[in-house]
Amino acid sequence: MDGIKDKVAIVGMGCTKFGERWDKGVEDLVVEAAYEAFEDAGIEPKDIQAAWIGTVFSGLSAITLSPLQLQYIPMTRVENMCATGSEALRAASYAVAAGVCDVALAVGVEKLKDSGATGVKGPSIVGDNQDGSSGIGPSYSAPASFAYLATRYFHDYNIPPEEGKRLLAQIAVKNHHNGSLNPKAHFQNEITIEQVVNAPIIAWPLGLFDCCGVSDGASVAVVTRADMAKHFRDDPIYIKGLQINVGARQGAMRQDYDFVHIEENVLGSQKAYAEAGIKDPRKELSCAEVHDCFSIHELIVYEDLGFSPRGRAREDIEAGTFSLEGELPVNTDGGLKCFGHPLGASGLRMMYEVYKQLQGKAGPRQVKNPCLGLTHNLGGNAGTGICSCFIVGNEK
Amino acid sequence: MVGITSIGVYLPIYRLNRDEIARMWAGRSTAGVKAVAGYDEDTVTMAVAATLDCLERGGGRADGLSLATTTAPYKEKQSAAIVAAAADLSDECHTADFTDSLRASTIALKLAINAVKAGSAESVIVTASDCRMGAAKGALEQTLGDGAAAVMVGSEKVIAEVKGSYSIYNDFTDLWRTEDDRFVRAAEQRFVDEAGYIPTVQSAISGLMKKYNLATSDFNKIVYSASDARQHAGLARRMKLDKAQVQGPLYNEIGNTGTAAALLMLAEALEVAKAGDRILFVGYGDGCDAFIFRVTDEITKFQEKPVISDKLAGKIPITYGQYATWRNLVSAEASTLPERPPLSLPGRWRERRAISALYGAKCKKCGTPQISQIGQTPRVCVNCQAKDEFEPYKFADKKATLFSYTIDQLQPTLNPPAVNGVIDFEGGGRLICELTDCDLDKVAVGMKLEMTFRKMFYSRGIHNYFWKAKPVTD
Repeated sequence: MDGIKDKVAIVGMGCTKFGERWDKGVEDLVVEAAYEAFEDAGIEPKDIQAAWIGTVFSGLSAITLSPLQLQYIPMTRVENMCATGSEALRAASYAVAAGVCDVALAVGVEKLKDSGATGVKGPSIVGDNQDGSSGIGPSYSAPASFAYLATRYFHDYNIPPEEGKRLLAQIAVKNHHNGSLNPKAHFQNEITIEQVVNAPIIAWPLGLFDCCGVSDGASVAVVTRADMAKHFRDDPIYIKGLQINVGARQGAMRQDYDFVHIEENVLGSQKAYAEAGIKDPRKELSCAEVHDCFSIHELIVYEDLGFSPRGRAREDIEAGTFSLEGELPVNTDGGLKCFGHPLGASGLRMMYEVYKQLQGKAGPRQVKNPCLGLTHNLGGNAGTGICSCFIVGNEK
Repeated sequence: MVGITSIGVYLPIYRLNRDEIARMWAGRSTAGVKAVAGYDEDTVTMAVAATLDCLERGGGRADGLSLATTTAPYKEKQSAAIVAAAADLSDECHTADFTDSLRASTIALKLAINAVKAGSAESVIVTASDCRMGAAKGALEQTLGDGAAAVMVGSEKVIAEVKGSYSIYNDFTDLWRTEDDRFVRAAEQRFVDEAGYIPTVQSAISGLMKKYNLATSDFNKIVYSASDARQHAGLARRMKLDKAQVQGPLYNEIGNTGTAAALLMLAEALEVAKAGDRILFVGYGDGCDAFIFRVTDEITKFQEKPVISDKLAGKIPITYGQYATWRNLVSAEASTLPERPPLSLPGRWRERRAISALYGAKCKKCGTPQISQIGQTPRVCVNCQAKDEFEPYKFADKKATLFSYTIDQLQPTLNPPAVNGVIDFEGGGRLICELTDCDLDKVAVGMKLEMTFRKMFYSRGIHNYFWKAKPVTD
């Protein structure tokens, strides 16, 4: 088993502006992002030999790709909750690595704002529950399922809730700053710690600014064989590791799970580092796009992914380690918090930012001397997770 | 010897002050508070709690369960079966609903006594539970309260032996509802007292006294239900009963709890009764059922734990606004979150043991108790991955500790904000579930919890019940 390292390269990417795109449908978002990617890769739609589309709610099959008018090629829809966009990229990359095609397309799209509901929509018809159950279980919100982490983190590390909320606020403030430098972000405004801690509570102890944006958007990648990559462009981005790690509800059912880490994150990242040959992620990674669906999860990811020692994310947050100028900039594009979180598009949106960073094209958000970047999603929630952890680099 | 072998009581934690109702309508308060079933409670959930309390105190089994109520959630579909399943009674238990009369509880009691006497049943539980509604601004809105009581009738370890009974029926229209009425209708009060209530109760009591050659002065306690405190006191005056004999109607503490009222008063009487005491017990409604009970030596053991006194004091006061929302008296703004779809009936049927009595499974290989938040029975062990090596394991009766929690402002609920928690059961097993009956300021990691059967949601004509956790009430 020799892994994916350096077998596949990304040679084109596109990403729509994320946000409340009332005047744009799924078809508009897909076309917008895909044509940016085609142009970026210097290819025509007819050059695509296979395609995967990731969406959670915004289309049932690969027919969702029909607006692109790709002509009779293999196409498939994939879904893995918040890791859906990443799954599309993984499928396309594996196809190329397997040698069954040379140029493949990965599309992620989500149109959350058409549901007419605040937040992420749930099942809509009888028997349509995501967990395959009858649906009798508790109907708590998505923020609630992550708030358990905050309650327990504050408890275990003896952090008074007011202090804990200020700590988490620094993450939101950082991501808003990064988002303010990004014209494609859903939110482009700076905020203060006072605004965060005084915002309405959503799911105690999390407040409004601890929660990510609910957005529409699409993002697209064109992948090809690593040895062909330079035919497309001078600065392809090479895939170093693609790991998905899925739990089996252990944390939700077993008393030995602590709710201050997420096992899927820990194991998924360790395998990705091994596949990519990374020994010290904090030193070797130039930037990371991680799943900050809720501020507490970004904090926990710092520890789960080995950026901070266990229980010591606080010191790094306070030292500015993860800011644009810090030792390891995290969520340089604003993250889910500010760029927004159209579920199926998010994994590829993260890759779009890392791709631009590694090419030195991230404008005012550009990190110094980039060489390796990471994207990370967590689908599901604490105790029932789907982790994707991808690593890419600008050299083979 | 046949008689009462156990009594269980359930009173909701919420109280609505009658001054608050009067303030709402700029009217007159009749003083005191009424017990109000929570936003996630109804006749069935209260009946389950009272039945479980009765079973816990009386131990053992029941081969009959009768539910007496005038407020069954379904017109067609038996409530007693829902209660029996939640109480995890054997499917051989004979279940029945007794309804349409405030006397349903004493009718069921009389038949239970007859069944045990005749030897067709060893023990029968009679559970009475009611959530009656008075129309806004009316006298009954202040009068009516919610509650449930369960008595077990048997022939072993009897705490109050039944020594006789006498019944009359009376086709009298004092309180009624048609199929289309949500609120109880009432005839003029003076007419009800003078032509209905007082003569009927008097007639039943004197019939009983004559039949058994006794006088009311032969009784240590006289327990009889009435519509309100005024009517209750009126009868005592008319019958010249000694004040010390008369069991209070619980009007100030909980209100008139319908079919449960007389049984709740009986529970209070038995809590302080002495061996040898004679109790006259009367249920009223479309006639009258009167019983003679003789308290036995077993009462001392029964009195080790309070039955009702610890539950009378309301723990959480509510506003009229909360009451009106919970009872759907006002059209509150709907949540902006997506609506919950109806339940899959086949799915719910497959998960029936988890849903009804919170059954999970225990791995026979590694001994780990486990339950999924979604009710599906595990096939492969979450701890050791052994396949199909399980025995059923019940969580409904296990205490738990709050491991983590959140107070959810987004979750659609009639009583926002919702409280949700990760709970760890004593003896193993973890569940992520809703919490209920919480004082928000007291919710904390480490809080002790117990499980309670509640209504999760109503959709397309189906009442969907499941278990929640609540703070241990002692």
